[in-house]
This record gives sequence, C-alpha cells and structure tokens, in this order.
Amino acid sequence: MSEILLQVEGLEAGYGDVQVLWGISLKVARGTMTTLLGANGAGKTTSLRAITGAMCPRGGKVVFAGEDVTWLPAHAKAARGLVLVPEGRQLFSNMSVEENLEMGAYSRRARQHFRQQLDHVYTMFPRLKERRNQKSGTFSGGEQQMLAIARGLMAMPEILIIDELSLGLAPVVVQQLAETLKGLKASGVTVLLVEQNLHLALALSDYAYVIAEGRPFLEGPSAEVAAKPEIRQAYLGL
Amino acid sequence: MSALLEVNNISKRFGGLQAVDRLSLTVNEGEILGLIGPNGAGKSTVFNLINGVYPPDGGSIVFVGQDITGGPPYRVARQGIARAHQIVQPLGGLSVLDNCTVGACFGRQGLGLVPAREVAREVVDMIGLGDRPDMLAASLTTAGKKRLELARALSARPRLLLLDEVLAGLNPTETEGMIETVHKIRDSGVAILMIEHIMRAVMSLSDRIVVLNLGSKLAEGSPQQVADNPEVITAYLGDSKLLSVAEKPA
Repeated sequence: MSEILLQVEGLEAGYGDVQVLWGISLKVARGTMTTLLGANGAGKTTSLRAITGAMCPRGGKVVFAGEDVTWLPAHAKAARGLVLVPEGRQLFSNMSVEENLEMGAYSRRARQHFRQQLDHVYTMFPRLKERRNQKSGTFSGGEQQMLAIARGLMAMPEILIIDELSLGLAPVVVQQLAETLKGLKASGVTVLLVEQNLHLALALSDYAYVIAEGRPFLEGPSAEVAAKPEIRQAYLGL
Repeated sequence: MSALLEVNNISKRFGGLQAVDRLSLTVNEGEILGLIGPNGAGKSTVFNLINGVYPPDGGSIVFVGQDITGGPPYRVARQGIARAHQIVQPLGGLSVLDNCTVGACFGRQGLGLVPAREVAREVVDMIGLGDRPDMLAASLTTAGKKRLELARALSARPRLLLLDEVLAGLNPTETEGMIETVHKIRDSGVAILMIEHIMRAVMSLSDRIVVLNLGSKLAEGSPQQVADNPEVITAYLGDSKLLSVAEKPA
C-alpha cells in the first residue's frame, strides 16, 4: 500500500453536552479516493469538521503527512494542504467566480502558485473560465458545487475533503460531478468523500468506511463493502 | 385493536415546498408506531399538523372519534395528545416537579394544583427523575432534560404521546435507559407515535413503521417489512441507477 497521507485515530467530538463521535479511525492512502458513509446523524460531517479543524476534537489523533495536526486551527491545516469543500458549498455569493477562486488561494503557499493553479483549474473547468466575472450566487446548484471544488483546488490540496457532493442536485448534474471526481482522481489528487448516495460513493472510491451512531461500523475496499449485506443495517437498523 | 388517531389525507405546503402530501396513517390503541424517513421527509411537519401548531391545507385528523383538525395545540393537549419536542423546551427557572405540574394542569384532565402535583410526583418517579424533583430544569444534563421533556408530556396523562427524537444526543447507556422507559410508558397503556433517527432503536421499539419520503407515505408495515422494501432502501441508500454512469471507465 502506498504512503498513508491522512491517519485518524480514535477521534471524539461533540457539541455542548452531546457527544457525537465515539472513536472514529480511518486512513487515506496518497492518490486514492476514500469514502466515509453512514446514515443521517451518524457523524460524517462532524468527523470532517474535527479532522479539518472547523471544530476542536475532544480526543483522538489526526496525523497528516507524518505530522500530528490534531490541535492545529483550520487555517493552519488548510495551509498544509488539508482542504475541506464544505457541505452546502458555502461560496461567497456576492463575489465573482474568480474572486471566489482567489479566496481559495489564501494561504501563502497557494498564493505563490496562484496563476498556474488558476490556469490548471480553468483548464479542468472551462465553464468557470467562461463565467469568470459572474457572481457565484447566480449559478445553478451544480455549477456552484463545481466552483466549490475548484476553490478547494486553488488551496493546492494534498488531500481534498468533500462533504456531500450531490446533496440537492439533479441526477444529471450528479453524474457530471461524478465525472469531475474521476478526473480529479486520475490527475492524482487524494480525496476523502462524504456522499449520501452510497452506490455512487462506492463506485467512485477505492476504500470505504461506514460509521453508525458515531462509531466504526465496517470498512473495506469499496467493491467488497458494496457486496456486504450488513451495510443496510448501518442505514436501516435491520 | 381500535384506532385511536386517524390521519386522513392531510397536506401542507410552505411556499413552493409540498411538505406533506395527502398522507394518511392510523395509530391504534396501545401501539408504538414509528415514523421514519430521510431528512426533510416531512416528519416534524406531520407532528405539527397533528398537535395543531398549524392547520393542514386539506384532510382531517380524528382522535378518539373527534375531529381535532387545525388545533389549537392547547385544545389538542386537553383532548389527550401530548408531545415531547426534539429541541427540549423546559421551563428553565422551575424545578423538575413544577415543570411536570404545569404539564398536568394543562393536560387531558386539566387538574388543579394539588392533584396536579400528585400526578407530577408519580410521573417524575416513573421517568427516573425521582432523585432530583427539586432541581432546576436549567441545571439538568442533556439526558436529564430529555427525560424531563418526556415527563412533562406524560404528566398531561395523554392517551397518545408524540415523541420527536427523544434519543438524539444521548450516550449509549442513556439510550438504553430511555428505550426501557419508552417500553414502560407503552405498557402503562399510552399509545406512542415516534420520530427517531437512531434506526436500530426505532426498529426494535416499534410495532409498525410508516416511512415518509418527500411528504408522502413510501411504505408501511412491520420493521422487517419496511427494511426489506426496495423503495425504502433506495430512499436511504440512494438510487443505484446513478451507478450506470459512475461505472463507465474514465
């Protein structure tokens, strides 16, 4: 197996009195796409928030490229290349496409490579180039998701963590995004994906972790996980 | 078993969103009916329609033979439907016992203060708050507040209890305890309609399940029947038809 880029061990996190994660562990190998699956309320978004520093974990460990980054703030993690594409896109809706992309390249490292990364992103998403001066708030849901991914790429990620790729999008748009993700993977970007459509997530990814009620439920190569009847239990309880 | 609550063909629209679409369901005397569905399926709206927070656009709600369509909530409570809210709503400045006394005063029996306090005391014991009746509601833990929410609803002596995610935010031990409590409530003769996201729990507690998706009924039956239903599986796990594209070689 290739180098482990991201390793999470026994992650615990919660909100106020409510503990959501009770020991989540996962590994992401460089150059692969890994998916984190589970029913509503299982703790997927909380896991991503705790990994990326959008919230402070209560316990456990996040090791990124050999460095313990558990307690680093989100901006320091992003500067190292641990980049989140948040659920619901969270674009700057009054800014143009290009301004949003500039915001993605905020860290010093990303700023230095701004021009070449912008060219790279525009080659990957010609549609964004066509509309570089349009306000992002006027975009359709699918275009916004594309821009959110592009903004994430502008941060020069070592790993791109995507929360709810297809939420609220029409099937045809989801299929386009799936193609985008395959392209990303082919270009060598490491991806950790949270996706509500289990079939899509398993078809796109190499390895899958399924969590339930804030705990590990099962894991394995995606093709094997897809064939396991137990996976239904994680979602339906029976 | 006879029908306690009959929801007939109710609908509710919020602007462009058809939140509930011609839904019918029945809760029988003494049963636990689980109401499940993906986020945004319309579950909480169904509760709001039943206990009269707002009227349905169409359809009717009949409880013990009486039309209760459109509320208002205090009248629905008097008729014998109590609700434990997902986001707990304790009267923070009152004690545990006083919170439950308020429930008893404004419940089905509309008790005076003295008998209300007696009922409250009984319920507080039954729900497992008997060791701290004088504690201020605001200083309870999350699990304690969840129990209080349940206790206050039960103090109204309802015939039907609406439980909206009473297990959310509890740790595994507290969850087990709460499941036991829900069983105890049912055994005392109160019918229960429950919304719950922890599927393992709702599947083991419920006698029957109704699955909502996009405001309509997707399936109904025993827990095993709904878990085996292909449409339910698609609603929860996603549509496998998207695969056809994802599997094409890049």
